[in-house]
Amino acid sequence: MFRAIGHWFEERTGIGGILALPMEHRVPRQTASWAYVFGSATMILFVLQIATGICLALVYVPSPDQAYESLEYLNYQAALGWYLRAIHFWGSNAMVLVMTLHMIQVFLWGAHKYPRELTWVAGVLLFLCTLGMAFTGQILRWDQDAYWGLGIGSSIVARVPFAGSALVHVLLGGPIVAGRTLSRFFTLHVFALPGLLIGLVGLHLWLVLRLGINEWPMPGRLVDRETYRQRYEEEVAKDGVPFFPVAARKDMVAMGVVVLLVLLCAAIFGPHGPSGVPDPAIIDTAPKPDFYFLSLFALFALLPPWTETAILLVGPPLAIGFLLLLPFFAGTGEKSWRRRPVSVLGVLLILVTVVSLAFLGVIVPWSPVMDAWSGLPTPIAYVRGRSPLELQGAVVLQNKQCRNCHSLGGAGGRRGPALDGVATRLTQDQLIRQVLQGGGNMPAYGKNLTPAEVSALVAFMQTLRPANQSPARTAIGSSTPAP
Amino acid sequence: MCTGTSSRRGFLFKLGVGLNALAAALVGVPVIGYILGPARGRSAQAWIRLGPLGSFPEGQTRLATYQNPLRVAWDGATATIPCWVRRISGERFQIFAVNCAHLGCPVRWFAQSRLFMCPCHGGAYYEDGSRASGPPPRGLFEYEYEVRDGQLWVRGGQIPTLSEPV
Repeated sequence: MFRAIGHWFEERTGIGGILALPMEHRVPRQTASWAYVFGSATMILFVLQIATGICLALVYVPSPDQAYESLEYLNYQAALGWYLRAIHFWGSNAMVLVMTLHMIQVFLWGAHKYPRELTWVAGVLLFLCTLGMAFTGQILRWDQDAYWGLGIGSSIVARVPFAGSALVHVLLGGPIVAGRTLSRFFTLHVFALPGLLIGLVGLHLWLVLRLGINEWPMPGRLVDRETYRQRYEEEVAKDGVPFFPVAARKDMVAMGVVVLLVLLCAAIFGPHGPSGVPDPAIIDTAPKPDFYFLSLFALFALLPPWTETAILLVGPPLAIGFLLLLPFFAGTGEKSWRRRPVSVLGVLLILVTVVSLAFLGVIVPWSPVMDAWSGLPTPIAYVRGRSPLELQGAVVLQNKQCRNCHSLGGAGGRRGPALDGVATRLTQDQLIRQVLQGGGNMPAYGKNLTPAEVSALVAFMQTLRPANQSPARTAIGSSTPAP
Repeated sequence: MCTGTSSRRGFLFKLGVGLNALAAALVGVPVIGYILGPARGRSAQAWIRLGPLGSFPEGQTRLATYQNPLRVAWDGATATIPCWVRRISGERFQIFAVNCAHLGCPVRWFAQSRLFMCPCHGGAYYEDGSRASGPPPRGLFEYEYEVRDGQLWVRGGQIPTLSEPV
């Protein structure tokens, strides 16, 4: 019965015959490997994003006065709305992650070399579009992170010489984050970028079919423009296997596993946000990007301020240009990563850098802890047996927000050094000078403290040292008060 | 084939190209305009009333809000723009944008230590808006203000950035 219907359609459309060709095309035997599954896994995640995205768009209202409410409606009222949102969020994380793995794999296996330069270029563009989707998607969440994230984006774009403010206006759809901004990002996220992605995926797949999947690289077998294609074709003819089902089996398993993992994460951890309502007047917020941009966020805190604009404006175009041009200056020669130490070290260096920056982006040691002064008690050990003046100093230290940047007993900000043993490092004179004049990235408190407050504060800080360690002394040993 | 037919075919081809080019140009005007139109930076600044002087005690710094002068009906809460108002004395004010000069995060005022602190990358400013520490390349962005008939007015309406510091 089904067979008969199938025949009926095939006789008229011929689609089965057309599809059979790419499905059954022969690929080198060794490429039927677990290392080659990341591309198809990325693609199935893209399909998952499209499917869930369409469903979300059925409910989501891309208008700044309603977007937040429509997300809350999805989270709490629409049947399984939370699940759709969770799949879309975890799917986007997984897509960036698996796509990165795919990129690393094809690079280490030398797939960007002749004749697959364009396949790599299309892949780099796909990667950039996907990051674009990640950023615009974050904005559609239209919460405090989205609102201030746009402020951060504008501040970065504004640093472009001459065209800065015009670019900000194009980005925001006006001079300020408002109604037109969300519509603009909705259009990018739902029409422009997905269209671009679908077109590029088509090109990417077409190129893979036309040029053949990258063969398993053998150390010592160099890529040569003259002989490569002929040798590849001979090898496939001699020892190739049909893509379906021999190689596709592993792809199918990987696709299933990846999608099921996303569904599992979605079911366990649920959707992400929206966090606080996007009311700009609520300024008690600490905006933070999603994980893909955490490393960039961390870099902004750690770069010396004077290098920032230059690195911000030159770094990304340089990195993108390097990726796009890579197959053109490294398009031949050794393919195997076993013979490409610079490539392997380069990948490791980038990975270690991005991961450690992202880790710092999670713990944000450079940010003041805004409620440390009012929320964290002074450790009891530091007030026991202190004189009234010293106790007064402990109160000053608390009330003047010192602990937003300095920790005591392991609690508080990490922007400045912990004050637990400060008396072993600074003498009384040095403490007074540091409090009054600041320096070393500390504001000067000279105008904001009375002389009495300074004496009390310094008296308290002089007690902050372990019992078995002597207080700091100047080199000439004169100004140190008796311990 | 007589030459008349081929010249007619040539004409039809050119006509086809020409009509489509004309159509593309006519459609292109609004398309380009809608995508890149905002770049033409007409000044968005306008004078907006912040409130009576009495609501800003001397020697204090307070958060005030105003409605974005370019607001559209569907802006919702995002039309409300906050700013820090410092009344130095009498009719001398300083009105700061809440956006940190580093990357635009909202800075918070701490009256006890008389500092503005930024939650993103740890920028800090003194009460007069000058840079105290951290990565900001300059002090807080300051709006123009006027006092008219006992009311405080501010000139606002755009996001302050390093290239367009209000």
